[in-house]
Amino acid sequence: MVETDPLRSGTSPMEGSDPQPTHADLVGMYQRMSLIRQFEERLKWLVETGVPVGAVHYYIGQEAVAAGMCSVLQEGDWIASNHRGHGHCIAKGVDVAPMMAELFGKVTGTNRGKGGSMHITDITKGILGVNPIVGASVAHALGAALSAKVRKTPQVAVAFFGEGGANIGITHECLNMAAIWKLPLVFVCENNGYAQATPVEYACAIADISERAAGYCIPGLTVDGQDVIAVWQAALTAVDRARSGKGPTFIEAKTYRYFGHHQGDDPLRYRLAEEEKKARERDCLQLFRKKMSEEGPLTIAQLDAIDEQNKAVLDQAVDFAKASPLPPAEDLYTDVYVSNTSAT
Amino acid sequence: MNNGSRELNFGQAINEALRLEMRRDKTIIVMGEDVAGAAGRAHLGLADAWGGPLRATRGLIGEFGPERVIDTPIAEMGFVGAAVGAAMTGLRPVVEVMFVDLIGVCYDQIVNQAAKMHYMMGGKVAVPMVIRTAYGTRGDKRSYGGGAAAQHSQTLYAVLAHIPGLKVVVPSTAYNAKGLTISAIRDDGPVMVMEHKFLGLSAKGHVPEEAYTVPIGKCEIVRQGTDVTLVGIGRMTHVCLEAADLLEQDGVDAEVIDVLTINPLDEETIVESLKRTHRLVVADEDTPVCSMARDIAARMADVAFDYLDAPIKTVTAADTPVPFAAVLEAHYTPNAERIVAAAREQIGVGC
Repeated sequence: MVETDPLRSGTSPMEGSDPQPTHADLVGMYQRMSLIRQFEERLKWLVETGVPVGAVHYYIGQEAVAAGMCSVLQEGDWIASNHRGHGHCIAKGVDVAPMMAELFGKVTGTNRGKGGSMHITDITKGILGVNPIVGASVAHALGAALSAKVRKTPQVAVAFFGEGGANIGITHECLNMAAIWKLPLVFVCENNGYAQATPVEYACAIADISERAAGYCIPGLTVDGQDVIAVWQAALTAVDRARSGKGPTFIEAKTYRYFGHHQGDDPLRYRLAEEEKKARERDCLQLFRKKMSEEGPLTIAQLDAIDEQNKAVLDQAVDFAKASPLPPAEDLYTDVYVSNTSAT
Repeated sequence: MNNGSRELNFGQAINEALRLEMRRDKTIIVMGEDVAGAAGRAHLGLADAWGGPLRATRGLIGEFGPERVIDTPIAEMGFVGAAVGAAMTGLRPVVEVMFVDLIGVCYDQIVNQAAKMHYMMGGKVAVPMVIRTAYGTRGDKRSYGGGAAAQHSQTLYAVLAHIPGLKVVVPSTAYNAKGLTISAIRDDGPVMVMEHKFLGLSAKGHVPEEAYTVPIGKCEIVRQGTDVTLVGIGRMTHVCLEAADLLEQDGVDAEVIDVLTINPLDEETIVESLKRTHRLVVADEDTPVCSMARDIAARMADVAFDYLDAPIKTVTAADTPVPFAAVLEAHYTPNAERIVAAAREQIGVGC
């Protein structure tokens, strides 16, 4: 399903030779993809064994997008995420133990049990929110980029949204404002083929959504979202461009979600098993492992060791979540209003 | 301008609040449609061509520049959302949504985003932002009325007060407009400031030159009386005062309370008043269903029933869209005569 020339669309910011990742970059990318995959698989298992974690939207299949993008960001940079946000949080460095505790509704959760999967966030890691109102968080990334410009800091913001989010008005308002104000913002459209059950070819008249960037006079490009190095290269160029004051970039990453829209959705009601099978043949983790085994520099043994470490981290995260206390009843009423104001 | 009796009108008072706070705190920015106007036209200098519907942002771009006084494209969803993101990342944005009638366009960013972010994140992020917006009808029998009809004349603050996490203030005079605006800017959470379009001379008055705050969440008793409590919101406070003068001619001594903050509501001040007067009329320019008038009435029926000698009366706008023709708009809008009639009915029942 993804036979895309990454430089086909719009005005590419990637002229000249592509940057190449270092050994450490490669480890970082695989570490993130592996941890996201295992977190989501563990969560899926917990859901299927009856642990009540509310509504969850698995990121499985799309790991290369979050991992490739967040590998080029610095700790002080900002990301804004959507309903399918676990992967973005993990890739930006959120500790998986409080994430798991949040899904269990525990007071030790990232949001003290007040957010759950659709708001799971750690602002201290630069995440402006996982946000299930499609498109809403794109504006928060715009605001963070505006804030960086007004405060004259070198921070960059990244807005993650799907091909569904590419169709809501707010995304277009933000593309225009980011362009006219030359804000340090990267728009990342994760085109996983389906907005809930609606296929992209039905909802978008355009084949490559990144071509819309031309209408806002900003560079747009489509990358293979299953190839983490391709995402990383596009991210590096776009983030450098943003940080150097040249303005926003629109990256469309073509990818695929392996499971339903949420934990209760059977995707075979709206797509064919053959399509799923074909997509899984281009699994981002397997493609990376194959590339490393053929070209290096990482070895399969090194990658396996990363997987094992992540497994142990997740064992601890689940134990932490299970052992943590539930919030006390009075927490219902706290944090409705900010208690301390600077009013004099 | 330097004497102690310096008077400002409503818009000038808000302008001064913004100017003083922006001087004090460099993280405060102002953004919205034509908050300056023509800001991109460098060859015109940084003179503003517009300055907002009440001219409350006039002159700010000249002092603070286009990086802090930001004309936006017509994109309320986007720029109100940008203010939420900016507020989470170190700025204190003051956004202008030109008219409250436009709130539907950006309601998600107010209701789902600004108001809930602090709670959803378990108290780990603050969203210190202000949204200023103009509302209201003229409501008199001038040939032109407000003249802006169904989509540029509404009040709509009840749909904002309804939202937990969102504070909503409704100033009524130049003095409290300046003080409430400063309080709103200094609050670490989102605050809506509702600015009536037609306060005119009734709001003009003495305004100290220095910065001062009027507390959010407090009513003010603006006329003391013993026979009936008239509760007003925004311009309705002035209409209640007018009604109180008419009632005085009948020998009825009315107390008038200016609500000032509709969420969180200062119930205590109203209850204390009812302990003295035992009668309540609430005047509200919003339409009646799920209105502040009925909310205040319901709360008082709940907590102050024992003090009441008569059924509570509400005087609201008609349960219709705002009409265009001045004669119809005057029928739509609550006036002093209707408040007087409601109070008289109370006295009749209560005596």
